[in-house]
Amino acid sequence: MEERLKKIFSSYTGKQHELIPILQHTQNEYGYLPENIMLDIAGFIRVPESRVYSVATFYGQFRFTPKGKKHVMVCRGTACHVRGAPRILEETEKLIGIKEGETSPDLEYSLETVACIGACGLAPNMMVNDVTHGRLTNKKIHAIFVRKEKGESDEK
Amino acid sequence: MDKITFTIDGQKITADKGMTILEAALENGIYIPHLCYHPDLEPVGVCRLCMVEIEQRGLFTSCNTPAEPEIAVRTETPEIEKVRRVTAELLIVNHPFDCLICEKNTNCELQKIAHFIGIDEEHINKMRKPERILPIDTSNPFFIYDPNRCVLCGICVRTCRNTVSISTLDFMDRGYNSIVSTFGNKPILESRCVSCGECVARCPVGSLKPKETPIPSREIKTTCPYCGVGCGLILGSRGDKIVSSRGDIENPINKGQLCVKGRFGHEFINHPERLTTPLTKKDGLFVETSWDEALELIADKFSHYNGDQFVALSSAKCTNEENYIMQKFTRAVMGTNTIDHCARLCHAPSVAGLAQSFGSGAMTNSINEIQYTKSIFAIGTNTTSAHPVIAYKIKNAVKEGSKLIVANPKEIDLCEFADIFLQHRPGTDVALLMGIMKVIVDENLYDRDFINKRCENFTDFKSSLDNFTLDFVERITGVHRDKIIQAAVTYATHKPGMLFYAMGITQHTHGTDNVLATSNIALLTGNIGKPSTGVNPLRGQNNVQGACDLGALPNVYPGYQKVDVPAIKQKFEKAWNCTLSEEPGLTHTEIFDSILEGKIKVLYQMGENPVISEANASHVIKAIEQLEFFVAQDIFLTETARYADVVLPASSFAEKDGTFTNTERRVQRVRKAIEPLGESKPDWQITCEIAKRMGKEGFDFTHPVQIMDEIASLTPSYGGISYERLEYHDLQWPCPNDTHMGTPILHSESFATASGKGKFMPLTYKPSFELPDDDYPLILTTDRSLYHFHTATMTRKGGLVKLRDRELVEINPQDAEELGLTNAQLVKVISRRGVVKSQIKITDVSQKGVISMTFHFAESPTNLLTNDAIDPVAKIPETKVCAVRIEKV
Repeated sequence: MEERLKKIFSSYTGKQHELIPILQHTQNEYGYLPENIMLDIAGFIRVPESRVYSVATFYGQFRFTPKGKKHVMVCRGTACHVRGAPRILEETEKLIGIKEGETSPDLEYSLETVACIGACGLAPNMMVNDVTHGRLTNKKIHAIFVRKEKGESDEK
Repeated sequence: MDKITFTIDGQKITADKGMTILEAALENGIYIPHLCYHPDLEPVGVCRLCMVEIEQRGLFTSCNTPAEPEIAVRTETPEIEKVRRVTAELLIVNHPFDCLICEKNTNCELQKIAHFIGIDEEHINKMRKPERILPIDTSNPFFIYDPNRCVLCGICVRTCRNTVSISTLDFMDRGYNSIVSTFGNKPILESRCVSCGECVARCPVGSLKPKETPIPSREIKTTCPYCGVGCGLILGSRGDKIVSSRGDIENPINKGQLCVKGRFGHEFINHPERLTTPLTKKDGLFVETSWDEALELIADKFSHYNGDQFVALSSAKCTNEENYIMQKFTRAVMGTNTIDHCARLCHAPSVAGLAQSFGSGAMTNSINEIQYTKSIFAIGTNTTSAHPVIAYKIKNAVKEGSKLIVANPKEIDLCEFADIFLQHRPGTDVALLMGIMKVIVDENLYDRDFINKRCENFTDFKSSLDNFTLDFVERITGVHRDKIIQAAVTYATHKPGMLFYAMGITQHTHGTDNVLATSNIALLTGNIGKPSTGVNPLRGQNNVQGACDLGALPNVYPGYQKVDVPAIKQKFEKAWNCTLSEEPGLTHTEIFDSILEGKIKVLYQMGENPVISEANASHVIKAIEQLEFFVAQDIFLTETARYADVVLPASSFAEKDGTFTNTERRVQRVRKAIEPLGESKPDWQITCEIAKRMGKEGFDFTHPVQIMDEIASLTPSYGGISYERLEYHDLQWPCPNDTHMGTPILHSESFATASGKGKFMPLTYKPSFELPDDDYPLILTTDRSLYHFHTATMTRKGGLVKLRDRELVEINPQDAEELGLTNAQLVKVISRRGVVKSQIKITDVSQKGVISMTFHFAESPTNLLTNDAIDPVAKIPETKVCAVRIEKV
């Protein structure tokens, strides 16, 4: 078992009710919930692995693929939707080459949709890591994701 | 049982106290729509379809509301109709409408509900969502999972979790996207699923369904041909083929449950490789011949040899009647006691050991007592692989609060449920058990009262414990002393306690000592002769108990009546009208030595495969090649049968009548489902034919029922067994007469020893015969796969192969690293006796220094490696421990 995981387990007693805090703690540490780690968690709290996966998939907060260096969250809240979020998502998918819920193989990007980021006045919105981009247009998206080709930064 | 009365729709209903309203209704023939209810499972009330109204209280889900006296229940009111219709429609709109091509057509709970409430097509079509097509999982060889047909009732999830305790399936995701799936959404074949098919048997719709689904035209109750648990099977046939197999819910042992082999492993029956005509060898090649010619040849050859030159190998896969006939033939026709069978290689020490301490060598208690026990000690048994249905019961007992101690050199699946896991070195069981017993004695936790009243030889035994200090035991076994103490205290303080063991105890040069150690610990804690206690050897083959009981052993007649006791010899001489030998015959392992010495020249073998199953197999091959005449009688041309001069095609269990005796001494019927394949004949008939052609009397049987009557007349413990009684009663021997109801628990009043007392046996620790050294640094131990049986003659004939298709040497990651091996690498495993090539599997399940292999795969014949050094008392070879090394190929 990995040292990182041992350290996480050291703050718990191995009881079943600790499952969700352990999953959260693990995701904080790893950025997502790797399968082999979920197996170890199942062994630690002595519940079936399918139960761990069932609980983890129930909550929107848990992810099962690693986050990219740039984690993109396209807002699909009502205001954003009305102002064209589906097109924004489509264009983003085209630009960075992955679908919603996926991570690029080079771990550069990951893409997900979120219900509302609370910036409805600026709709349509997206967040790239901690930075919010509002009043998006296709042109603006292109400016955000200039696909790096010669090592230059793609985020302006 | 207390009864209560209440009304449903104004009708007076009588029900057992504790029943739910739904159960009471169904029992009284009143249908209330329901989906998530299943009689085998705890109700959960999630489908909301079984709504009823209790007057003056409101709406309730009837599946989890207990019926109370005097309540008035209504199943039809406008409100119920409204609620139920919405719930049902929401399920139906998302369900395919192609009932005619669904396997569950006419047998589907959703169809029944739709039919009951009536569906308005226009209304449903309006609600229908755009089609969402989920991929169908066809990965499993035996069943399909189609999530599009799933109604999320959770019956499969609860079955997997609560009934068989595997927990492969659970609900994943949420809301509209909810789906039943496996960990990581993997195909079922890649999940931890053990393919038992219990979920398939219970799915109320067509979501989990068998791949092969012909409806049988007739069904018959019989007994499973695999392990010694003896599950009740219902075989379905169509024409001359077996097309289905399901658990018999009326069987007292399995109550409808089965494992993967019992449910799906029936493909061998109609397999094209089955032997269907007699074969004789001409110029090294087999040619088909007629029964007449084959039998004449055999009768003629057999007549030219005397008893000392003849040996019979009988079969634990055949019926009681067939084993009886085989030993009668050997003794009465050939005049020798040299008959043995594979029990020698599995439970000979149980017979020899338990006979010394308790006076009778069989499982002392019964399978269904497991649910009431407070502690379970499972040593040397990989129960989930070898006796799966007993493992279901052990796991359920643990969930009900029983303690579980597992002692095994490997971290087997059962460990997941264990309170204490003792991973001792192979071959150190005596030290481990004596160490535990010393703690029990030192801590004063032994049952003084029981020992004073019912046991003897305690003082001698007690002083033999002195050598087993914790220091010594820890050093020999490799188990930490704290765990030894914990195990001792747990087993001694949680009573009643049941001890289970299998080959891990017996297959040693000190196998009898191991068995005596298990009987000592049961006596010491008073765990014998009472319900939910006992020493319980789990028998491997479906009828190994029966084959022993019926005298397919060299030293006893049926019912363990000794051949060298004159009175008994006279009894059989009178009954069989012949002269019998009083000299005990040779055992399995000695037989092959004797062939090599040139003493035995003729072998008559029924349903055995020693070339694969016998320790140090190359020795066996050498012996068999030296025989002057070898007759093999089998359902397939096994690796051993290829060496025969004459091969006789036998009928499988599905093609004949008879009885099997399971591990708990329960005699159960085997019933003919189809006619014998091709020209094959039941084994009893073949042996009788040979005897008759040799001009012998006493073999004029026309049906096994007559053989059982003869058995009952000569075998005291089977005295009260008859086919007629077996139709109505569950009988466990001893069952001495027609009015006796059988004996579920042995030794409850007194032991079967001469003094009537349980005998403590002082023991010393003896190391295994061959220990690792510089040349052969690893210990090889043998294990079983859930998906195969013994030499896999029956299990490598169908879908089971897809679940496990090759030998895998299980090796600890540290050993693999030291040897520079990677997973799945092909290696040579070398012992002093042979070399076997196989792939490896790197796993923590094996402890460092110990590798394990099965012996199911003839391409990697593990028994070329194993040691044929034998236990001096029981003559069992040491298949569980030998020294090997591994080399890269």
